[in-house]
Amino acid sequence: MNAWVGVELENLSIRFGDFVAVRDANVNIRGGDFFSFLGPSGCGKTTILRAVSGFLAPSSGNILIGGKNMKGVGPNKRPTALIFQNLALFPLMKVWENITFSMEIRGARAAERRKRADELLEMVALTGQGDKLPAELSGGQKQRVAIARALCAEPHVLLLDEPLSALDLKLRQHMRTELREIQKQVGITFIYITHDQGEALTMSDSIAVMRAGVIDQIGNGRAIYNDPATPFAASFVGENNVFRGKVVQIIGHEALIRTNRSGEIRARISTANLGKLQQGDSAMVFIRPEALDMAGADLEGDHYVSARVTNEEFEGDVFNIFMEGDGGKEIKVSLPNRGQSFESHKGRTVTLRYDVKNAVAMPAGILATE
Amino acid sequence: MSQLGSRIGVQIYLVIFFAYLLGPLVIMSVTAFNSSSFPSAMPWECLTFDWFRSLLQDSRIMNGIRNSILIGAGTVVLSVLMGLSGALVLMRIWPRLRATYYTIVIAPILIPGVVLGISTLVFWDRINRLLGLGPGSVLSNGLFLTILGQSTFIASYCMLVMVARLQRYDETLSEAALDLGATPAQVFRKILLPFMRPAIVTAAVLAFLASFENYNTTTFIFGEYPTLTIELSQKVRYGVTPAVSALAFIIVALTIFIALANEAIRRRRELVAAVRSGASVTVAAGGRVTLPRIFSGNISAVLVVAMAMGTIVMIGTASVYRPDQCIADLRQEKQLAAQKRAEELRRQRDAKTGGTGENVGIDPVTSPAAPPRSQGGGFETVFDPGVLQELGN
Repeated sequence: MNAWVGVELENLSIRFGDFVAVRDANVNIRGGDFFSFLGPSGCGKTTILRAVSGFLAPSSGNILIGGKNMKGVGPNKRPTALIFQNLALFPLMKVWENITFSMEIRGARAAERRKRADELLEMVALTGQGDKLPAELSGGQKQRVAIARALCAEPHVLLLDEPLSALDLKLRQHMRTELREIQKQVGITFIYITHDQGEALTMSDSIAVMRAGVIDQIGNGRAIYNDPATPFAASFVGENNVFRGKVVQIIGHEALIRTNRSGEIRARISTANLGKLQQGDSAMVFIRPEALDMAGADLEGDHYVSARVTNEEFEGDVFNIFMEGDGGKEIKVSLPNRGQSFESHKGRTVTLRYDVKNAVAMPAGILATE
Repeated sequence: MSQLGSRIGVQIYLVIFFAYLLGPLVIMSVTAFNSSSFPSAMPWECLTFDWFRSLLQDSRIMNGIRNSILIGAGTVVLSVLMGLSGALVLMRIWPRLRATYYTIVIAPILIPGVVLGISTLVFWDRINRLLGLGPGSVLSNGLFLTILGQSTFIASYCMLVMVARLQRYDETLSEAALDLGATPAQVFRKILLPFMRPAIVTAAVLAFLASFENYNTTTFIFGEYPTLTIELSQKVRYGVTPAVSALAFIIVALTIFIALANEAIRRRRELVAAVRSGASVTVAAGGRVTLPRIFSGNISAVLVVAMAMGTIVMIGTASVYRPDQCIADLRQEKQLAAQKRAEELRRQRDAKTGGTGENVGIDPVTSPAAPPRSQGGGFETVFDPGVLQELGN
């Protein structure tokens, strides 16, 4: 549809008084990509979005859209359209008037607007709802109207600020696929803000993980999930068991770490941290609950972990086993439910096995829940 | 038992309460239709509509109404504009300045109207002299001064109305419109102004009413444009006539009618909205009485219709009914009574002195209830009981 227009952030910093909302962000978003900023609330992701759409001026650094510096360009002059968290549909206008507001601004005739509105309504599966008021629509329908309204402005970049957060789970999952399909259909760059890692992982071509104004890692979903760059990224995206300890030995791309409670663990050093771990450094090892498996009793070695089972729960698709872990945190193991008989291990000490490639080591740092 | 007692107590209280609220209005309305030349409901003399006619023929009252409407219109425009801009500034001003700013713009409400009137007069007089303009300039024009003087505090009322609405405004709507390519002016015109419309209408009505009934500020600055309140106060200084009651009755009737009509329209709109959103009409209306649909559960609509019918009946009666005969009878009766009394007096005196006091007595035409004749220029005819007869012919 459009020539693909990318967005670049160059050393972008945004300060509010003494508070640094965004620190030195460098991101290159390719045109036509579905790009997500993922982070907990207050990490500065919405600030970045508002800066890209032009509501905030950067304190330093540049924002380039399609290679053009946007400094001094107002929000009404940028080739972006923002979908607000609360959607911000105009309550006094009918759905079709809402959708074609950008055309009204340009002085388009009512008949022309009506025609375009009907096309867009068909695209977002709301045919025949054009004459309603926003208040008469359900949450998911309002969502779609907001998308149609933004698309009507024919932006080169669509910015979405947690648009699904107000919807219930089922609808949210449905809208995920729908959003992704719309993005493929219109072929423009989507920049998506979310604190929901599931949303980010399922929809994005590329994800930036943010913490306290700093971008920790940029990569596709698999890289972020399997090869986290920081303890924060490892613990924020998906569930992770953390083992703290000291590096005993570095063996090529792997490290042997003596943990505080679970003995010696062998782990792969994450790609971003290769060469950064030295013998004697404090380190953290992350192993996903689904990467751990029950092993026979009393096996010893550097890819086994032993711990006492404190609790168990049945979640349907998985059995979750909780064990005494490091620093008051539990170790969680998820065993897939394949219809096997499941005996309780409560109170016993069990040994867990993992693949070294599924254990990721990196220098100790701040976790998401801390 | 005690429950019943308390219920009766509440009912008695309500009766007293409403009598206190509405009693004066009812009695005043009645006096507008009594032919007695002093406004009184008792004793009832004759049903007459002549007070309305004498009201319409009173050029000063009519002029006052015209001036009031003119000044009201000017005040509405000025106050709504100032109120809206004041409210917008309040919402956008630097937070630390907000409290101070609020105090300043609210102050005119707290300042006595007399002070506002005098200071408006003095201030614009100074400006007038500073600019070296004569006494005939716009700056000393009563219309100009009154609109300005009234707007000083009415704008504050308007601002309060606007702020209440503006506080519910979602700023992201403006941002969304900007983001979709609108200029700030377009955002104001297409998003903010439509949102503010109900508050603007409310503020305009409020401003007009406040302007219309204002006396204490206006009295210093009206110049050659006396408003209705000014004219009325000058009139009642020499005594009241039922023509003033007639005017009051018209105002009360108009007020009630407009309020009810407004309510009926609102209810109807709500009903339509409820139907649109799928609720059944009976649920939305909540009425068991099977009236035509627009009336079900809508007392105000019924009242509006009743009032409209009442008005039609009244005007119809007024155009057919001639109270002349009744008034003539009454006059004759009074005359007879006066003659009788005069005769009686004479007889008493005759009995006392034995003389014949032919020329002593009370003017037989003058009713004993009539107020003393005024010295005021154009007013005396109003208080002349003969005026009724003249008007009747």
